[in-house]
Amino acid sequence: MEKSENKNCSCIDKKLEKELKEILEKYTNSKDNLITILNEVQMKYGYIPLLAQTKISEYLQIPMAEIYGVITFYSRFTLKPKGKYAISVCLGTACFVKGSEKIMERLKQRLNIQEGETTPDGKFSIDATRCVGACGIAPVFTVNGEVYGKATVKKLDEVLDSLQ
Amino acid sequence: MDTLEKIREIRESKRKELDIRVNSQVGTKEKHILVCHGTGCTSSKSPKIIENFRKIVKEKKLENVRVIQTGCFGLCAKGPIVIIRPEDTFYAMVTPEDCDEIIQSHIIEGKVVERLLCKDVDGSKVQKLDDLTFYKKQKRIALKNCGKIDPEQIEEYIAFDGYKALEKVLLEMTPDEVIEEIEKSGLRGRGGAGFPTGKKWRLTKNVEEKQKYVVCNADEGDPGAFMDRSILEGDPHSVLESMIIAGFAIGANQGYIYVRAEYPIAVERFSVAIKQAREYGLLGKNIFGTNFSFDVEVRLGAGAFVCGEETALLESIEGKRGQPRVKPPYPANSGLWGKPTLINNVETYANITRIILNGADWYSSIGTEGSKGTKVFALGGNVVNVGLVEVPMGTTLREIIYDIGGGIPNGRGFKAAQTGGPSGGCIPTEHLDTPIDYESLKQIGSMMGSGGLIVMDDTKCMVNLAKFYLTFTVDESCGKCTPCRIGTKRMLELLEKITKGDGTIEDVQKLEELANNIPKTAVCGLGQSAPNPVLSTLKYFREEYLEHVNEKVCKTGECKALAKIQIHEDKCKGCGMCKRNCPVEAISGEPGKVHHIDEAKCIKCGTCISVCPFHAIG
Repeated sequence: MEKSENKNCSCIDKKLEKELKEILEKYTNSKDNLITILNEVQMKYGYIPLLAQTKISEYLQIPMAEIYGVITFYSRFTLKPKGKYAISVCLGTACFVKGSEKIMERLKQRLNIQEGETTPDGKFSIDATRCVGACGIAPVFTVNGEVYGKATVKKLDEVLDSLQ
Repeated sequence: MDTLEKIREIRESKRKELDIRVNSQVGTKEKHILVCHGTGCTSSKSPKIIENFRKIVKEKKLENVRVIQTGCFGLCAKGPIVIIRPEDTFYAMVTPEDCDEIIQSHIIEGKVVERLLCKDVDGSKVQKLDDLTFYKKQKRIALKNCGKIDPEQIEEYIAFDGYKALEKVLLEMTPDEVIEEIEKSGLRGRGGAGFPTGKKWRLTKNVEEKQKYVVCNADEGDPGAFMDRSILEGDPHSVLESMIIAGFAIGANQGYIYVRAEYPIAVERFSVAIKQAREYGLLGKNIFGTNFSFDVEVRLGAGAFVCGEETALLESIEGKRGQPRVKPPYPANSGLWGKPTLINNVETYANITRIILNGADWYSSIGTEGSKGTKVFALGGNVVNVGLVEVPMGTTLREIIYDIGGGIPNGRGFKAAQTGGPSGGCIPTEHLDTPIDYESLKQIGSMMGSGGLIVMDDTKCMVNLAKFYLTFTVDESCGKCTPCRIGTKRMLELLEKITKGDGTIEDVQKLEELANNIPKTAVCGLGQSAPNPVLSTLKYFREEYLEHVNEKVCKTGECKALAKIQIHEDKCKGCGMCKRNCPVEAISGEPGKVHHIDEAKCIKCGTCISVCPFHAIG
């Protein structure tokens, strides 16, 4: 399992612990709440910290191995933090037909990382996503959830330049 | 006042108030500005448009003007869309900066803003939504309220016969009568496989068990399909109401809707709908004073295509890895937590209230012999009018692509249409006149699927497309059974070999053998249908595979290793389009003279091929 919080000092742990407690208290300890809770943690932190896994495991009485199994099964859950700017390129069919592969290639080339990776400075991360439902303005990519439609390599370059 | 009286009163009073939405002849000083707030238009700043309109209306103290956010109008390619009622003026590609002019010119001075009107296929400007060719051949049943009502106002839903079907079912019908009506209507599952809906309800009802569940499958995984999302975003109550009816019919008291977390607007709207329905007593104990009680909860998916498979979905609702179960037992006997469970897709539910209100005979008069009613398609790819269309079953692909869709853009030719997503197949030109229904699509090697319909022009390589779908399947295979986990991976490897130029004729044969065997051995629908894109492209575009392996050529240039990009001197007019669009400045030439590609610089991206208006590059 990832040692994602190796730099944690105890005060950060305590803050996280408190926040996690607040999240967990919203749900009953029924096992079927696992995915809903993971979704909330992922949304809040951009990944599932190890401490969160431990706390969820204690609360729902589910073994850590099983939680790890669920996290790695679903593509929305990640064990590593995403970049400050999380960029997703839609590789759904409608976008593919309109050339989203070229956008992805350019993005990887510019940031020098692969899909699912984060730049060493923690600024950018790349993901491939399947259809955000904006097929009408394909191809699309998103930056922290904001959709950029009718994308071209040029448009991507402009967006990246503005963020760098 | 009890729920029933309250609902009836709202239906009557609100209906009069909202006559403006459906009747263009209504005599009123009021104006309703409807702005699409679906995903496509939201991505192109429709929230800002709504904000601007509201601000201006307030500033100018226009008391008779209301600004309403609605669901999807369908013509996403022309978004953001604004419609002004009662006159039904249709404005396309509106920007937040246009709001001032629309208010000043249209609302205050009564002059239509010509420049924002939508151009029809023949180039003429059209004022009214109903006059657009895009809408003329459509028949809206599932999408009836999308674009007409504010999805976050239950009162607007109630005004247009909302919760009337539930009233009829609970007060006048027995569960058996409800199921009979659905059976008689001929409605079949809209999630893809087309199982008769009434039969499914009957099977679940007949199981003797106190605890049963109703589930709505809103895990729309087919990349390129967004009809379920649009229904949830534009008319969430129609799905909710039908789920309650289903609960009454099969004897369940609890429902779950499983929605992709990638659809935040849909999740939000449906949650609002549940909250409002609870407030009105439409969910909860003793609905309409009967002894029927029902409630619904939302469960989020987390990005796994396989969870659209019904048993994998059940596993996921239970909080586990979404791996399909071996069937039988079917969910009707043993579903959620081992209890009898009814699972239907969003679009299937969206049809139920209409069938109850208008009758099975009305519904079954639409469509073909074996496939009744309408089907919503998400029309995408290389077609002019990208968007959502709802047509009667039996409409031909040609009508959808050319009449409604407006044909192929940039003067290109049609190559294939893909239905059914990663489980479906490619349909070539010779089958364009096939009437679309469950059986006929199966016969030509594709399937209905959930309704993704991707059009491809002649710049697309079919081998590369098959590779694209297999990449998807390999990514999304849950790993439970060997044929899918390893079989699809081997198929992908063969396709990669072929597209890189290392393929042989034996590889094509091996690919075909695997594609024929996996469907017979895989556990669930995902694996069983995964080879369809390969089988259908092999059937209709075998010569392309052979060119890749024998001549080492990819004529479209999409498979870069096999691309031979050159400008045909006899066709080049020297317009310079290719030169301007080349990202690496590999093309040179004087205006009006034949251009040339510097092969040393060319990265074979194919941009020039797709932008050349004279099809001179290939």
